Amino acid sequence: MSFWEYANPVKFLKLSGTVLPYFSVFAALMIISGLCWGFFFTPDDYKQGATVKILYVHVPAAFVAINAWFMMLIASIIWLVRRHHVSALAAKAAAPIGVAMTIIGLVTGALWGQPMWGTWWEWDPKLTSFLILFLFYIGYIALWSAVEDPDSAADLTSILCIVGSVFAVLSRYATVFWNQGLHQDASLSVDKEEHVADVFYYPLLVVMAGFVLLFIALVLLNTRSEIMTRRASALVARRKV
Amino acid sequence: MIALIFRDLRIAIRVGGGFGLSLAFFFIIVIFFPFAIGPNLELLSKVAPGTLWIGALLACLLSLERIFALDFEDGTLDLLATSPLPLEGVVMAKALVHWLTTGLPLVFISPFLGILLGLQNISVLFLVMSLLLGTPALSIIGTFGAALTAGMKRGGLLLSLLVLPLYIPTLIFGAEAARRGIEGFEIQSSILLLLGVTLLSWAILPFAAASVLRINLR
Repeated sequence: MSFWEYANPVKFLKLSGTVLPYFSVFAALMIISGLCWGFFFTPDDYKQGATVKILYVHVPAAFVAINAWFMMLIASIIWLVRRHHVSALAAKAAAPIGVAMTIIGLVTGALWGQPMWGTWWEWDPKLTSFLILFLFYIGYIALWSAVEDPDSAADLTSILCIVGSVFAVLSRYATVFWNQGLHQDASLSVDKEEHVADVFYYPLLVVMAGFVLLFIALVLLNTRSEIMTRRASALVARRKV
Repeated sequence: MIALIFRDLRIAIRVGGGFGLSLAFFFIIVIFFPFAIGPNLELLSKVAPGTLWIGALLACLLSLERIFALDFEDGTLDLLATSPLPLEGVVMAKALVHWLTTGLPLVFISPFLGILLGLQNISVLFLVMSLLLGTPALSIIGTFGAALTAGMKRGGLLLSLLVLPLYIPTLIFGAEAARRGIEGFEIQSSILLLLGVTLLSWAILPFAAASVLRINLR
């Protein structure tokens, strides 16, 4: 029994069908409880006031937005190497979610930036690279929808994803070089030094876990519907013959 | 490969359009900026490097579609793919020809356009240098994009959507190098980074473009 067994669409559908409700329910539970905790049971920040609470949506969304691309990269490589259709479809499924998360990150950031920095937008490296990430997502999705043959589309988008990753990373460092930032450094990291205060930290972790679960649930859902759409169109094609 | 380069060069020069068109486009874009921004030379000289870089980007973009489109339609690309020359070599030749016919002429007229936008003597040189080092990257990245959309009927808009994000690092480092040079700061780091982007693109993208072409030719 190996992980690769689930490259078989039938097995994947079966497994994902079983786990999907759990992921969805846990995602909803964790996001709701984390947000409630964050919104109502944590103090206002001494400098930022109540606006600090935007953090509970902003940080998880941004986290998922970046890692969705990363997941697409891995799925693309798996598709190119092992030719598992589920993998290609999962990459396709993740892209719109990544776009949504990027937009949420940008919008919540702007809402927070207006009272805090006094501006909705600033050409700061972090903000700029998010905008760039958004452009990469758009290009990726556009290519998927432009190519008719599904296998070619999967191949082309996979290569675009790999090349895009290289250039996205380059852009990230280019923006740092181009403009020193206004955005604070990472508010979460593995070494404890840089953390936000614990009161904010724990609810944030809960919401983040919720967002990750939500992402997984949505990817599974999208991938499932993609597989079913393909089956349906295969059936239609067969009937025509 | 050399034969291919000469063939493509001949086609570009003789068969009307391609060669002068993007140059004229570049020219128009750049002289339109004063119309949009106003005739204040001081202001114009500040935005001149950015203007020229954006102009170069758009001019490059305009001519990308024809890199593979014609060869794809009449089957030349299939012949090239089965020829002993590896497809990576074909891609590099195509990108080189694209650079020779758009990038290089663009670099040559950029000093004159720089003067139109109020740049003074020596600062034009920085602009020329940054364009000279950066435009090869634009060509090879664009060739990759053209390879991605080679088989499509109306790939033009999609092509720009795919290629422009990939141009960001080149644009940032290139325009930064020109701006820093003109304002009298040190430029070594941005020039080196620009060169790095160019070399990296030429190192990895021929492979990516060739594999994409193989998929499109299937």
